Amino acid sequence: MKPYELTIEEASKELSQKKLSSLELTQAVIQRIKETQPKLNSFVLVTEEEALKSARAVDEKRAQGQALSVLAGIPIGLKDIFLTKGIRTTCCSKILSNFIPPYDSTVVRKLKENDFVLVGKLNQDEFAMGSSNENSFYGPVKNPWDLERTPGGSSGGSAVAIAADQCLGSFGTDTGGSIRQPASLSGVVGIKPTYGRVSRYGIIAFASSLDQVGPFGKTVTDAALLLKAVAGHDPCDSTSANLAVPDYTKFLKKDVKGLKVGVPKEYFVEGIEQSVEKATREAIEHMKKLGAKIVDISLPHTEYAVPTYYLVATAEASSNLARYDGVKYGYRAKAQTLQDMYRKTRGEGFGREVKRRIMLGTFVLSSGYYDAYYKKASQVRTLIRKDFESAFQKCDLIVTPTSPTTAFKLGEKVDDPLQMYLSDIFTISTNLAALPGLVLPCGFDQKGLPIGLQILGPHFKEEAIFHLAYAYEQSTQWHTRKPPL
Amino acid sequence: MHITKQLVEHLAKLSLVELSPEEISKYTQELDALMGYFEKLNKLDTSHIDPTFHVELPTHVFREDEVKSSFPREELLPMFPAEEDGAIKVPKIIEAS
Repeated sequence: MKPYELTIEEASKELSQKKLSSLELTQAVIQRIKETQPKLNSFVLVTEEEALKSARAVDEKRAQGQALSVLAGIPIGLKDIFLTKGIRTTCCSKILSNFIPPYDSTVVRKLKENDFVLVGKLNQDEFAMGSSNENSFYGPVKNPWDLERTPGGSSGGSAVAIAADQCLGSFGTDTGGSIRQPASLSGVVGIKPTYGRVSRYGIIAFASSLDQVGPFGKTVTDAALLLKAVAGHDPCDSTSANLAVPDYTKFLKKDVKGLKVGVPKEYFVEGIEQSVEKATREAIEHMKKLGAKIVDISLPHTEYAVPTYYLVATAEASSNLARYDGVKYGYRAKAQTLQDMYRKTRGEGFGREVKRRIMLGTFVLSSGYYDAYYKKASQVRTLIRKDFESAFQKCDLIVTPTSPTTAFKLGEKVDDPLQMYLSDIFTISTNLAALPGLVLPCGFDQKGLPIGLQILGPHFKEEAIFHLAYAYEQSTQWHTRKPPL
Repeated sequence: MHITKQLVEHLAKLSLVELSPEEISKYTQELDALMGYFEKLNKLDTSHIDPTFHVELPTHVFREDEVKSSFPREELLPMFPAEEDGAIKVPKIIEAS
């Protein structure tokens, strides 16, 4: 087995037993990135020099016998939405293409405290707006299972980097499914924790009431280790929860007897690919065999989630993106007057989808339309939230498909925003209700494309999700398949 | 509700985004299609429902409003698109009378 193929759990063991050095591991990973990057375009920056330096420093600490974190010396990639001090951070937008942050996001600070090795910044949809990674200023990411297809978005690079063994762990953000949908389409594990579980400080904002950070891993255990490292309260983010973070690995058990798993009927509707429905239903049957009790539930407002989400998210985005004006940082267009400078900077600096969302968000917040659209959507958001509250009276966790289809072809939906938005149908309610959700592989379609299963839980019950996910993963083989690269 | 070209031009003005005539006509078409679909929400009577602008979890925390040091100026200077004597430089705002 090549070092880059290891899971974090395995690599960490080899590192601590000194069978492998972080330098050797990091060099192998960088070599792997160089070989596969031309095919996949998953990285927008490879931080080779810094990575080798960090790896040597960790090896030095280990040689001195210092007690180290399980993530010490582990090569990790970050979506280009996390501010990294002194390292270019673009959010894959032209408007930030020259931006070098003066500080680290809290996630990065915590990873540094764990002695991680940053190998690079990962490709994404511009400002995390998209479901196919085709909205990146740096071009689309390719799906390693079929290079003509999308890996999903917006954290496409973060998902692909794991699927293609370009790093051992990665982080992304999820506003409406941007971790879970690419995890599903690329065949890896990804979790969006409860809103507030991880600090958003130093993460470029898209829709602040929905944005949340989460890891991607090759296994459930790796995802649990990565989440543990970054979760917890942060005085710099008042929405980060002041709650103790459990040791998630303690909950990774194979026995799920008595666990009540809800299956919402609204998630098996027309438009879902047969292969996806079949794989999901088989996974549910499998959980039953493992001892879980399957309960039929209803989330009656599911069909309203797409309009609700796109009205709320674009409203918040249009406000958040007002800060990009060419004055303090980022791209500035040449102009004679200040007003022209603003208009041209924003007209030239933002891409097509971002401008579309700014227009939509400005519309729903504008005088005369606020009540009819933004307020209305926020009221429906209450109904969607209450659907889940009632459902969790009847079950401990909810299991659903993640995306109605497997990976679609690049270019297939770019000219039809409504079709693109509808592909988020199964993931966006989670964000509207601030709930945690994990995705893990549960099968492949007849074309050999991966299918992901989504497990949702009540607020701050990530450990229960990890428990069921682990039991399923350990009794199936889906996570062991690798794309033919 | 139909999205017209005039409305998109107005939105571009409000949001300070310069759009080409092609972009305006494209966004008019696309936003009109989206809003058509979004009308679906009107099927629901929400007159007695409180809006959720933010899911309030009991764990949100406020901190004391204390004065703390900020970034040293020299660390921020390289970020500015244009700078003069340690200050951000922008096109002229006040017209000479």
